[in-house]
Amino acid sequence: MSETYRQFLRASQLPHVWCPGCGNGTIVKAFLQAVEDLKLEQDRVVVVSGIGCSGRTPFVLDFNTMHTTHGRAVAFATGVKLANQGLHVIVIMGDGDASAIGGNHFIHACRRNIDLTALIFNNGIYGLTGGQLAPTTPTGKRSTTSLAGNIEPPFDIVRLALGAGAGFVARTTSFDHKQMTSLIRRAIQYKGFSVVDIMTSCPTYFGRMNDVAEPYDMVHYLRDTTSPMQDCTCRKSEHSCETDHEHEHAEQLAEELGVELSPTGVFREEARTDYGTLYMRKLEAAVAARNGRGGAS
Amino acid sequence: MSTSTKRPQRLIQGNEACAHGALYAGCNFYAGYPITPSSEVMEILSTEMPARGRTFIQMEDEIASISAIIGGAWGGGKALTATSGPGFSLMQEGIGYAAITETPCVIVNCQRWGPSTGQPTKGAQGDVMQAIWGTHGDHPVIVLTASNVRDAFEMTVKAFNFAEEHRVPVILLLDEVLAHMRENIDWPEPGEIPVVDRARPASAKGFKPFENNTFLPFGAGARFHVTGLAHNADGFTVGDEAAARELRRMVGKVQSKVRELAMFDRLRLDDATLGIISYGITSRPAAAAVEILRSEGIRAGLLDLKTLWPFPDHLVREVADRVDRIVVPELNMGQMVREITRSVGGRCEVQPCTRIDGHLLTPAQIVEAAKATLAADGSPGQRPIGCGTCCSERTVHS
Ligand SMILES: Cc1ncc(C[n+]2csc(CCOP(=O)(O)OP(=O)(O)O)c2C)c(N)n1
Ligand code: SF4
Repeated sequence: MSETYRQFLRASQLPHVWCPGCGNGTIVKAFLQAVEDLKLEQDRVVVVSGIGCSGRTPFVLDFNTMHTTHGRAVAFATGVKLANQGLHVIVIMGDGDASAIGGNHFIHACRRNIDLTALIFNNGIYGLTGGQLAPTTPTGKRSTTSLAGNIEPPFDIVRLALGAGAGFVARTTSFDHKQMTSLIRRAIQYKGFSVVDIMTSCPTYFGRMNDVAEPYDMVHYLRDTTSPMQDCTCRKSEHSCETDHEHEHAEQLAEELGVELSPTGVFREEARTDYGTLYMRKLEAAVAARNGRGGAS
Repeated sequence: MSTSTKRPQRLIQGNEACAHGALYAGCNFYAGYPITPSSEVMEILSTEMPARGRTFIQMEDEIASISAIIGGAWGGGKALTATSGPGFSLMQEGIGYAAITETPCVIVNCQRWGPSTGQPTKGAQGDVMQAIWGTHGDHPVIVLTASNVRDAFEMTVKAFNFAEEHRVPVILLLDEVLAHMRENIDWPEPGEIPVVDRARPASAKGFKPFENNTFLPFGAGARFHVTGLAHNADGFTVGDEAAARELRRMVGKVQSKVRELAMFDRLRLDDATLGIISYGITSRPAAAAVEILRSEGIRAGLLDLKTLWPFPDHLVREVADRVDRIVVPELNMGQMVREITRSVGGRCEVQPCTRIDGHLLTPAQIVEAAKATLAADGSPGQRPIGCGTCCSERTVHS
């Protein structure tokens, strides 16, 4: 284990609880690399998670950590950040956490634009509870509550976040460590609400239910169902493309795997004034007005 | 409560008193979602908090609100939310999290007629048991109430004090009538009501977040873990006997302080043979009923409970040892009366007196319920009457 990661890990909480081949560990590695690259002060980093396999992440991280309730992580994080804006608050959510039970909190966080970074560990299934259908499970895919194949259309977390108004929206995969690290870094740097939809592998449930049980195959599944945007001509999402040929190839691969191709990269990065800054302005004006009037009661 | 004509007075509403009580207590973090009859608390704080350099945010629902105040508390804030029945139901998840993480925070519930949407603008006292037991699992919680506007101010301050001192969520039960009622109150001077702040550990080094009632927020030099899972003093997961021990400690830290936490008023109990035990808004007609009964030669007295949980058995038994009959008026189908009956343990008769049409009990109704427990000669009778809402004359809440 390299020193970079060791300093951010709680040795007492290792080994972690994740299955062999789970993608979550590689996300943690990228996240810790980003924290190291940005030289964030360890004492000022707060990691808030919901409930799920993803929700177990904070246990092993030597920051200020908060494992909250299912779906509410971003609401808890809102409180932490507004109470102390000097903290770097990272929110880790599962896809079910963020888009099912916590969907309301998630879209409002996108709209409200508090300076938080949301990392969504998107494995397309409910991991912790044993492989049930998630709002992100692709149509046709199996889960323990859709054995004959999912008949619902899935949420695309990127489009959801874009539609709800988030200022920074990106997608990456736990297959692509380099891209993942760089996008998490950019998301943390972004002043405002940033979302990184991280498609990750759950060989234990998504894999076993959908003929990609081997961790190696699951990683290839991630590779083949996604496509970095510079190689992609798809105009379905807000991004540009370069070579028709590669895009077609990627789409074809995804189609063979029975899912829509997911482009990866940054979909939106817009400079905006975050909620905390706006609130401080309002507060200063209110304090000045009150003092001008001759004191408070 | 002392009254002096020289003191500054203000004619204010119960909800205003609650909001100003929170400001007085140093509340610096509010998150909430509007709901009748609690919204004035939020509306007032939406301007008063920023004007004092403090944080206010309107969330997307009550689950988010309670979550945000818990986060706000761990970010270092003295945190409050206010709601009513439907929102209070949604907050139960977060209240459990606050309880197991020993998070100091205050939840005001302006009770309205329920269940469900019920009658949003009608008062009730139907959430007492929910306040005590609402979230799943055994858990520590303190429940307070208030019977007049000055009380609404003072109990809000007390709610913060208890939350801070014992690191526990404190629920303050108001009701629609008190929330919207206006009274002239003595305005508390700074320092008049003591304000307690959470104790800090001597040093951040080696701080264990769940060892005792000392508290450090995130970013204060100690890195630690907070979780809703059963945990040890370090915040890391435990099971079996260790989990049982932690739960006993958490519940015990409130239960063992029952005498210290018990707030109440007593009226003419010294020579009473008939006791009325009430709480919240109902203590007003109950106090009037005491005077009417006295004027008719019946020696009545009142115990007005302001702390509903941990339940002050000692206060109730003191009354029960003295009187022949206890009447329990409340605006529900009989909630506290069960707790009081348990506490009385057969020392004397207990008579419910309830009303659930969205209006207050009148003094006359309480007098009538009290008299019905007495024989024609005024001595204790043998005839319990029905509770007035659901029970027939002979079967009282069986
Ligand atoms: C209120 C509530 N409902 C249900 C659950 C059970 N539960 C725990 S995790 C989970 C879903 C996990 O899936 P996801 O959020 O995608 O995270 P993952 O485990 O896949 O990382 C569910 C339904 C819960 N803990 N709380
Ligand atoms: S169940 Fe899936 S998501 Fe959960 S730890 Fe195992 S592989 Fe990872």
